[in-house]
Amino acid sequence: MRTRKFHAEAREATSGFLFALPVILGLLVWVIAPMIGVLLISLTDWNVLKTPNWVGISNYVKLFTTDLYFWNTLKVTFYYVVLNTACATLYSLIVAMLLNQKIRGRGIYRSIFYLPTIVPIVASSALWLWLFNPDFGLFNVMLRGIGLHKSLWLSSQTTVVPSIVLMSVWGGAGNAIVIFLAALQGVPRELLEAVEIDGGNWWHRFRAIMLPMISPVTFFNVVTGLINSFAIFTQSYVMTNGGPNNSSLFYVLLLYREGFQRNNLGGAAALSWVLIVIVSILSLLIFRTSRRWIYYEGEQR
Amino acid sequence: MRLTATRAMGKGVVYLLLTAGAALCFLPVFWLVRSSVMTLGDIFKYPPILWPAAIRWENFSEAMKASPFLLYFRNTLIVLTPNVVGSLLTASMSAYGLARFRFPLRNFWFALVLGAIILPPAVVLIPQFLMWSKLHFVNTFLPLIVPVWFGGGAFNVFLLRQFFLTIPKDYDDAARMDGASYWRIYWQIMVPFIKPALIAVGLFQFLFAWNDFFNPLIYLSSKETYTLAIGLRFFIGSYSTFWNNLMAASLIVIVPPVIVFLIGQRYFVEGVTLTGIKG
Repeated sequence: MRTRKFHAEAREATSGFLFALPVILGLLVWVIAPMIGVLLISLTDWNVLKTPNWVGISNYVKLFTTDLYFWNTLKVTFYYVVLNTACATLYSLIVAMLLNQKIRGRGIYRSIFYLPTIVPIVASSALWLWLFNPDFGLFNVMLRGIGLHKSLWLSSQTTVVPSIVLMSVWGGAGNAIVIFLAALQGVPRELLEAVEIDGGNWWHRFRAIMLPMISPVTFFNVVTGLINSFAIFTQSYVMTNGGPNNSSLFYVLLLYREGFQRNNLGGAAALSWVLIVIVSILSLLIFRTSRRWIYYEGEQR
Repeated sequence: MRLTATRAMGKGVVYLLLTAGAALCFLPVFWLVRSSVMTLGDIFKYPPILWPAAIRWENFSEAMKASPFLLYFRNTLIVLTPNVVGSLLTASMSAYGLARFRFPLRNFWFALVLGAIILPPAVVLIPQFLMWSKLHFVNTFLPLIVPVWFGGGAFNVFLLRQFFLTIPKDYDDAARMDGASYWRIYWQIMVPFIKPALIAVGLFQFLFAWNDFFNPLIYLSSKETYTLAIGLRFFIGSYSTFWNNLMAASLIVIVPPVIVFLIGQRYFVEGVTLTGIKG
């Protein structure tokens, strides 16, 4: 009896492992090995042309002390990440709350709000270059129409990041809207009605019931928002090439330039590991603090 | 009475906000379509005209003449098709393995899947590129296809695993009692069950491959291998003053995924919801 059970378990383990083998191999070959590889490369002065030498941590020291772009790119990227995540979360929550009302044509509204998420970023970059055009673009035409001064949008150091955020919120909020909406629809009706009976208005319903009930989903949206924001590349590569004056030189764009345009593989590898550390610390921080503000159903406080 | 009056007013405000928001959201898309069928003279007029008196279809043929979009389209399909097939097959197999079986280190591998979702793809690019370049596969489609056949993307594995977890284990047990092999359970019981999620994964992978800019930029270096995304980028570089042609070219790139989205919308919404709610 015992050996038979043992055999069945062994067979289950082997089968499960074989089924999962594609992703296990994928993780080993495309994630783990490259992460080790990039760590090793970051300790060399590899630049494709000559044989690499070990240089210890000097690539990292260079980044933090003498690199012309590193601190600037960190500042610019953090600015974008925070502004974009905050705006996108707020925007998608508001849209989802409006869609959560008893309205006709909800499906059509939802499709319209989701549509920009489908547009390839290169294509939306072409489109928004045109919309942002200081002389003939739609936005300045609209500003002029209501009697306001025109903005330089992508061509000014102060407005370039907010402009890209505007575009990213438009083109990246679809998933968050759908997820928020599903969470709002899952809020039990009895709870909302109880607040109403007690004389509470929509703000009370939102603050006391909805916000805590959807907090796990808010958490999910914030985390994915932060992570996707860090990966921003195409918009600045296509529209601004990091300018003006490096004010939209986002992290991945700098990494790309170092690695693929300047052939400074050691430096680019060091940049890679710094980003791995930043994203890991950030994720850890968020997950650590999440217990304080996330409400899980059935959980004792 | 007063309550219903405020209710009606509240509803009016909701409709007003939604319609205004949707109009603003749609405005850029409308502007794209409108600009793609205008003459340059019309495009630069002030005050702007909303729609041209005569539609200028030549913008599209001029764009197609200036840049081989048909070739780019073909290349995109060559990359895209194995992307979708590979992710459907290997992501669902891997997810089944991670969701339904106990084996050593299973939780460790699943934790790595989650880690891989968080990891920005750019950070592992340099060793990956060096590997492909050592194998002399740079400027072929292989670097854009082969990795997908190893798990089909961590996000897809995660999504399908969540879906597998919602299926009662009784189905597996009953089939095991009847002597079905694990492969048969997967193929004949599980796959039909997770069909909606599979369609969602297929759509996600389609969009990912269609929209991907970063990887083709790194790996494809000659015009003959460009995908639409990269082709459009070079079009932007050389035609940035011919806004009507550029908008026509952009529209060519946008229309196919939009059609796919409109057809598969229901599965899309289900798939997106599942990742956020059950995650």
